[in-house]
This record gives sequence, C-alpha cells and structure tokens, in this order.
Amino acid sequence: MKRYILMRLLYTVVVILGVSILVFVITHVIGNPVNTMLPLQATDAERAALKHQLGLDKPLMVQLSEFLGGMFRLDFGKSWWQQVPALGIVLHKIPATLQLVATALVIAVVVAIPLGIIAAYKPGTLLDRILTTTSLIGICLPPFWVGLMFVLFFAVKLGWFYTSGYGTIRHLILPALTLSVVPMGHLAQIVRFSMAEQLNAQYSITARAKGASDFAVLFAHALKNAATSIVTMGGMDLGRLLAGETAAVEVVFGWPGFGTLIVDTIGRQDFPLLQAEVFLVAVIICFINLAVDISYGYFDPRIRY
Amino acid sequence: MSQDIQTNAQIQIELREPEQNRNAFQRFLRRFSGNSLALIAFIVLMVIIAVSIFAPYIAPYDPAKSDIVHRLQPPSLAAPAKGGFPHILGTDQQGRDVLSRLIYGGRVSMSVAFAVVAVAGAIGTVIGLISGYFGGWVDLVFMRLVDIQSSFPGLLVALTFVMVLGPGQRNLTIALLIVGWMIHARMARSQVLTARESTMVESSRAIGCSMPRILFGHILPNVISPLITTYVLEMAHMIEAEANMSFLGYGIQPPASSWGLMIGEGRQYITNAWWLVVFPGLIIGITVLCLNLVGNWVREEFDPLQKGRH
Amino acid sequence: MTNAEDIIIVKNLIKHFPVRGGLMGKPTSWVHAVDDVSFTIKKGQTLGLVGESGCGKTTVGRLVLNLIKPTGGEVYFENKNIYDKKQCSEKEFRKCAQIIFQDAFSSFDIRKNVESIVGEPLVVHGLAGGKELKERVAELLRTVGLKPEIAREYPHTLSSGQKQCVGIARSLALKPKFIVGDEPISALDVSVRAQVLNLMRDLQEKFNLTYLFISHDIRVVQYLSNYIAVMYVGKMVEMAPTEEIFAHRLHPYTEALLTAVPIEDPRLRRPREILQGEVPSPVDPPPGCRFYPRCHYAMKRCKEEDPQLVEKAPGHFAACFADFHSSERII
Repeated sequence: MKRYILMRLLYTVVVILGVSILVFVITHVIGNPVNTMLPLQATDAERAALKHQLGLDKPLMVQLSEFLGGMFRLDFGKSWWQQVPALGIVLHKIPATLQLVATALVIAVVVAIPLGIIAAYKPGTLLDRILTTTSLIGICLPPFWVGLMFVLFFAVKLGWFYTSGYGTIRHLILPALTLSVVPMGHLAQIVRFSMAEQLNAQYSITARAKGASDFAVLFAHALKNAATSIVTMGGMDLGRLLAGETAAVEVVFGWPGFGTLIVDTIGRQDFPLLQAEVFLVAVIICFINLAVDISYGYFDPRIRY
Repeated sequence: MSQDIQTNAQIQIELREPEQNRNAFQRFLRRFSGNSLALIAFIVLMVIIAVSIFAPYIAPYDPAKSDIVHRLQPPSLAAPAKGGFPHILGTDQQGRDVLSRLIYGGRVSMSVAFAVVAVAGAIGTVIGLISGYFGGWVDLVFMRLVDIQSSFPGLLVALTFVMVLGPGQRNLTIALLIVGWMIHARMARSQVLTARESTMVESSRAIGCSMPRILFGHILPNVISPLITTYVLEMAHMIEAEANMSFLGYGIQPPASSWGLMIGEGRQYITNAWWLVVFPGLIIGITVLCLNLVGNWVREEFDPLQKGRH
Repeated sequence: MTNAEDIIIVKNLIKHFPVRGGLMGKPTSWVHAVDDVSFTIKKGQTLGLVGESGCGKTTVGRLVLNLIKPTGGEVYFENKNIYDKKQCSEKEFRKCAQIIFQDAFSSFDIRKNVESIVGEPLVVHGLAGGKELKERVAELLRTVGLKPEIAREYPHTLSSGQKQCVGIARSLALKPKFIVGDEPISALDVSVRAQVLNLMRDLQEKFNLTYLFISHDIRVVQYLSNYIAVMYVGKMVEMAPTEEIFAHRLHPYTEALLTAVPIEDPRLRRPREILQGEVPSPVDPPPGCRFYPRCHYAMKRCKEEDPQLVEKAPGHFAACFADFHSSERII
C-alpha cells in the first residue's frame, strides 16, 4: 500500500511536469501577449522593451529552464497583470470556490443518493422513470443558463436571494444550487444504475431469502457494493468543478473565485498566472484521483495495492 | 436453435421471414420499436439540423438587421406595427428578431460541434485503432498522453488555445478539436484491445487477411456502434463546450451568433427581457438531451454482440 | 505407413507467455504454456493431441500455424521452416495450412453472410471473384454437406452443426494440405458430433488432408487419429500410434485419462484412477516431473529431475522414470 502510494505520487509529479511544460511551450511558441498588453498605437521599440522586460526575448530553452527552476521552488513568477506572485493570487481565490463546490456537492449527495436508491428499489415505476428522466435533463442543461434561470426566478421574481456577490449565505445558495444540478444528475443516475445492479445480484437475493429486511439489503449490502462507482463519479465531478468548470457560473453570480480568475487570466494573457493555475489544477486532480483509488480498497476488500 | 440436424448429407435451413425485402426506411423505423422517446428525440434532432442547414429559407428576418425602435419587444404572436412576420420570440437589445438569431445561431453551434466531432472522431478513431492493434511503444506513448489529458480539464486546455490563437469560430473549432480527439482514440483503442483477442481476428489471420483488412474490414465494422455512440454523445458535449466558451466571450464573436453567445449577450437584460436568455438555453438543453437519448439508443440497439446471439 | 512423407515436423517448440505486472508493464513471471514439444505428422495422417484444458495443446496448434510466435524451437512444413520468411512466405503458408475452430460462430464476422465468410479466403488471396466466387462457395458448401442456398444466410440463423460446417468450408476454401482442428466438436450438441467427425474423415480421404486434431477427449481423438500425443502442463508426456497407446500406455497420466473414459458394458467394471491433488500452475514451474504431485508411482527422483521423452518401445515415446506396464488391464 505504501509502495503503491509512493509510486502514484511519483507518477503525479511526472504528470504535473508534463502538463506544465506542455502549456508553457504552447503559450510561448504560439502566443504573443505583448500585442494585447499594449495599446494598438504602441511603437515597435515599446513592444520590444516590454518583451525584454517580460523576458520573452530570451531563447525558448532558457525561458523553459528558468520556469522549471522556479516551479520546483513553487515560484511561478509575478503575475504580469497584478505584479504580485502568481501562486499567491491563485491560492487566495481557491477558498471561495472550495466553499461553493463543497456546498454544491453536499446538496447533490443529499438529494441524489436517496432518490437514486428509491428509484432502484422500485425500477420501472412511474417514480423511477420521472427520476431518471429528470436527472438526464439536469445533466443536459448548460449550468450557466440554469444559474440565470435561478436568478430570474428566486432573486428577481421572489427576491429571496441576491443576484450576485459574495459573503453571506444568501449569496451562496443560488450558485451552489446551480453547480449541484449536474453532479446531482450524474450521482442519481449512477446510484440508480449500480444499486439496481447490486439488488439483482445473487448475494442480494440470498440476503432476502435468508430473511434480511429490505432496509438491511439496501444499506448494509447493496449500497456498500455500489459505493465504488458512486465514489468514482463523485470524484470526477469534484475534480471537474475545482478545475475551473465553475467559471461560467461564477461569472453569472459575480463570485470572486478560481473560475472567475481563470477567465480574467485568459483575457489578460497573463502567462505566469496561467501556469500557476495549471499547476494547481493538475495537483488537485491528481490527489482527488489518488484519494478515489485508495477509497476503493476500503469499499472493496478484494482490491489490494 | 431449433432442429439441429436432419440428414448426414444435407443440413436443412429454415429461411427467415423476408426481412431483407422491407425497404431500408421501414427497417430503420423498426429499430425504434419499444423506444418511442428515442424516436421523438431523433425526429427533433433532424428538425433542428434541417432548420440549421436551411436557415436562410426559414428565418423570417435577417439575424443581423437591427431595428432600434422595436428593441426588446416581448414574444408575441401579433404582427408588429411596422408589418411583417410576428416576432414570435421577441426582439433583442438592438431590435433583432430572436427567432431568426436562434436559427442562425444554431447553424454556428451545430457546425462547430459537427466539425469537431467529424475531424476529432476520424483522427482519434484511426489513432486508437492502430495504437490498440499494435500495442508496443506507440501504445505506451499514447496511453501516457491520455493519462496526462485525463488529469487535466478540457475547458482549461481549450481556453489556453483560444488565448494564444485568439477567439472566433475557426480557432474555437481548433481548440475543441485538440481537446476532443483523445476520447475517440481512447474508445477505439479499448474496443480494439478486446476485439484483437477475438477468435474472429484469429480466423481472419489464419486465412491470410492483411492487417488493414482485419482492422478496417472486420474489427471496425464490429465495434462501430460504441464508436458512433461516442460520436453522438461527444456532439452533445461539444455543443455544451461551445456554448460555455462563447458565453464567457472566448468563442464565437459578434456580429456572428451562437446559442451560447446569445445567452452571454442577453444576460445583462435579464431583468426586463427574459426571452433573450430563456430561449437559447432551452434550445441548447433540448438539442443536448436529444443527442443523449439518441446516443444511448444507438448503444443499446446496434451492438452486434448483443443482438446477434440468441 | 513408414514410407509416408513427414509433412509437419515440430522441433523443441517452446512458448512462454509473460505475466505482466508492475508499473512499467515489465513481465514479473512467465507462463510456460508449451515446454519443449516435438512431434512429426505424416502426410495424409492424423495426430491427436490430448490433454486437459490449460495444458497448452491449443497453444501448440496456434504455434504450428504461425498464428503466434514461439519463444523457441522450429516448425517445418514440407521441410520449410515456417517462422523463416525466406524459406516460407506467410501468404503461401496460409494457403496450405488452415484451422477449424472450436466455436465456429465466434470465428465469423457476424455482420457478413455465409457467402462472404466462406468466400473470404479466396478474395484475400485473389483466387476468385464475381460469378466464379459464387460458384466456388456453392461447391464448398456442397462439399461439407450444406445446401448452397445457405450462402445468403447470416451466421446467427444457423444451427450449431451448420455453423461448424460453414467453418470447415471456410477452412477448405484454399485447398489446404494441413488442417489444425482445435476441439472442432467440443462445442457441438452430442447429436451432431459424430456427423462432423465423419465429415472430417471423409474430407481427409477425399483431399488427402493431414490433421492435427486437438481435443480434451481421448475417445474423440481415437476415432480419427493414427498417432496420439498426450500433453500435461505444457509438456508432452506420451506419444504413440493409436492402438499402441490404448494397449500399452506407459505414462500414469495417460492411464488416468484412459480409465476416465466410460465403457458401454456395465459388467466390465474396472478400477478407475482418480487423480488426487491440484494441477500445478504453469507459471514458473519448479524442476522435476510436472505430474509428480498427482502421481501414484512418484519416486524421489521425480521431484528433482524432469523426465525426458524417450522411445521406450518402437514408435512409442513416454516421459516417465517408472518402468511400469499396465498393459494387462483391458479397457
């Protein structure tokens, strides 16, 4: 187990390095940030001066080695836009997004798992069909649009919540609810599917035959066996959301989080900031994947590392 | 299988009912039996595609023609005072007809998604087939690439490419292409890995089939249904991605229009002109939903390994 | 019989499959699927290859057809090394050597009809096309006792016997000289088995075919074979002419196989060898006889030393230290 985790961590380092180098090469070979940063009427001398100031006039290999050297000290340079260390800006924005995503996932889990179990318990009924169809619709609607609909209804029409901003629970509810829709749909589907599969499995039939109550079969047996697929799906959604997929929803609600920061970074062509974001996203996703893998061992004793 | 044997010399066969004599369309419709939802989704999808293709003949107004006097008109079935076709879905902040913009926007959204899936699907499938069939170091390199990509969200990659290439329909398509080809390669690879070990492939090798004949003549036709499912579901995914990017302002640029961009532009008027946001979102949702339903139906219906055996 | 030409010569064939593990996919151990197997088959004759499942007999069949590459050893077809492209081009070899699969249905591309399945070898080798192809397919179907009308059918509409006959027709399309039958009747309903066996015998006489007949059932093999070879966990333990092996079996494993065969006459009761113990794993097997853990006649020597296949009587090879003869027992 220790060996497995060690190997995985080593592998994670390789992946993070790979992604960072890839993004660095793409941005520095194709990109030309100077044009965006200076006004249109800037002279060639001014452009060259800025290029020199940003270090973009050095050979690519030199820039890359400097970048990698900095990366090992977790130093991605100063953000061109805000003139402070890039990683600091990113870390400063993470808590707001974390708050949002955590709330959204809690809502999703609390709603989806019971509904999925109910649907799996009575497959083929009207309730089951309504739940499966609704969850599919939930996955298909663009989240930012769902957010706007919530704003229209709950904020503009009913006035229960603020349309945008950050700080209180009345700010938090709508964006969190919006972000919970897709994971909710995913989870409901996966719970419904894998629970139905488990309930049809031989061991569930045996458990029923020996007189175990429906409740015991559902929760003591089937849910634990369905857990691996539920955790996999949840981990994927968590990774996706923390990795910037919240951007459009954060923009809708004026939420000052990681997603909004990414959108700004792209608009301002802030390479150091982008590198710091890419690094953090890769770290987050690798660790979520690792956590999910380790959890398999807990839920399924057959899996050993 | 009913009777197994009659005589030593002649093994009788029962001729099936003349299924082959039905025309192709009837046979196609029969595939939907028992799944009316998929049939409805398929029809809706065909209508949306047809409307996108024939947009100039169907749209009642020029989508770019502004009419400041009649701006932000709510949806109405009554003919406008100036005469002409009613603004069924209202007008936007510049007085442009929302329905016409939706029709033309769909054209852009659908063509971006289609272009991405067609090119990414073709490239990815060929790479995946070859990588899976031969294995070795090609496959190893490919798998590591996939690992890196899977630990990295598509949105961020696409945004990075749009950042360096600049926004617009062409660059958005390229960005989504770079994000999108791997899933097809991965899918094709996993299918080939299974098929490669099959007796069917061994039998083809035993009679002396060449590698391309085995790969494209035997393996590909037999694994095409999960691949088509992936194409259809990826089409849905790409429509969502295009909408997302355009909404953020890094996709389609005005004066061109797409569903996502319409939501982005209409957002600031949401308090007094809900129709600017509601309709494009609905049509995205409907299209994606229909693609999902059709994709799932393809998966269940056309899997030869599921259907062929009795 | 002695002057017949050896069409297949197998020399010291070895196949080890890697067991992959670890992060970089390096093989951690090896499955010794086939270990030092040698035999010859004379033209127009049949060698029956017998052994329980997992003993490597199917792998031998694949190796002899060059469908998988060996770890070591050679196979000569008409005195040409089939693994050497200079001596024997793969395309030419495919025309001469064919296979009949256990599960014919799974060997078909089920999207194709019988005509394209049976005709494909001809198309691939550019031997026939258009109308001629149709005629050749019809002829092949008649040869295996099927109606030519079946050509328009799809595999899943056929009965299991018909499927196997279509598979045989496909193997015959290239007019091969040598055919490997990999458990050709094991998956069939009992009612059809005899029929397919008869078909195979008739075809052998008609086209002077040479068979390598692989089966787990020594009784099935007996019917067609001139020679029988017995394999156990990757090794050949005994090989002899059919009558000889039934009369004077020299290996305890063969004895166990033979006494497992039921006999029709209930009055002829005979003691049965029931094998105890587990089949050893072919993954990195220990030295010594592989049958040692289950053998009634095991000696100390058997544990340390691997018995070689030696000619104990003229034409009769066995790999056993014990010089036991159980020929007195009658089946």
